[in-house]
Amino acid sequence: MGKLVGKTAVVTGASRGIGRAIALQLASEGANVVVNFSGSEQKAQQVVSEIEQLGAKAIAVQANVSDSDSVQNLMSAAVEQFGSIDVLVNNAGITRDNLIMRMKEDEWDEVINTNLKGVFLCTKAVTRQMMKQRSGRIINISSIVGVMGNAGQANYVAAKAGVIGLTKTTARELASRNILVNAIAPGFITTEMTDELPEDIKSSMLNQIPLAKLGQPEDIAKAVVFLASDDASYMTGQTLHIDGGMYM
Amino acid sequence: MATVLERVTKVVVDRLGVDESEVKLEASFREDLGADSLDVVELVMELEDEFDMEISDDDAEKIGTVGDAISYIESKIS
Repeated sequence: MGKLVGKTAVVTGASRGIGRAIALQLASEGANVVVNFSGSEQKAQQVVSEIEQLGAKAIAVQANVSDSDSVQNLMSAAVEQFGSIDVLVNNAGITRDNLIMRMKEDEWDEVINTNLKGVFLCTKAVTRQMMKQRSGRIINISSIVGVMGNAGQANYVAAKAGVIGLTKTTARELASRNILVNAIAPGFITTEMTDELPEDIKSSMLNQIPLAKLGQPEDIAKAVVFLASDDASYMTGQTLHIDGGMYM
Repeated sequence: MATVLERVTKVVVDRLGVDESEVKLEASFREDLGADSLDVVELVMELEDEFDMEISDDDAEKIGTVGDAISYIESKIS
């Protein structure tokens, strides 16, 4: 019997990478999943059919998390289809890396809008539903660089550090309504994002990781399942570092 | 058909667990009826459901007393 049977989860940015793994893992525990995507509809549909093969239900919904109307439509679609929103996973994220001296204002704004404002908008949009339900879980995907800093990623790091602060504040505001809010800070995880990195960068990354290997998307997805389940009913406002020991 | 006053009173009594006699027009949700800020947000949500209307965040911020809620609702449904 799955840990999330009968629950409905909305996962933003679920068409690929870590979001995809999260959607599949939640479904494997029996959750209905709303697979949000921004551009890659085909990939999102593929995730939906994989979830259906697992015997769970899913729909793909296009939405830009940095646009409040779009986010509202996403959450309405979820409630209309499944009747509740028990778990929100704020995963959608982009990178526009550059050194501060070279970073354009647009690059800064785009990353902050998707990676930080998007978390705020999605959180705001589900609180009404979760307050009525008197229960809910919000899981924000931050990043270990949001804790450590990382040259060349001022925008991304600022957004991811912001997500940790937002997690703590949301946790405090909603604790009395049994809505639990936690973050996960992944280290270097094998995804398209990290596949593209040159070999020398990858090997220097490995040198910083005590466990001496990259993480898999499933390592993050399993932690999301934990935070979404009854097993995590006495924790809120925390950030789990899943990074092979990179930061301790 | 219950009046707006009766319907608002019922929502306030149910939500805040106060006695019906305390729900006077001039009663402030926060100061007189023991609501915290989140209770007021929830109360507004329930009034939206009860009267099948949307109350914008800007309007909601102006609702501080039972009387504010009633006159706002009456202005929207009449």
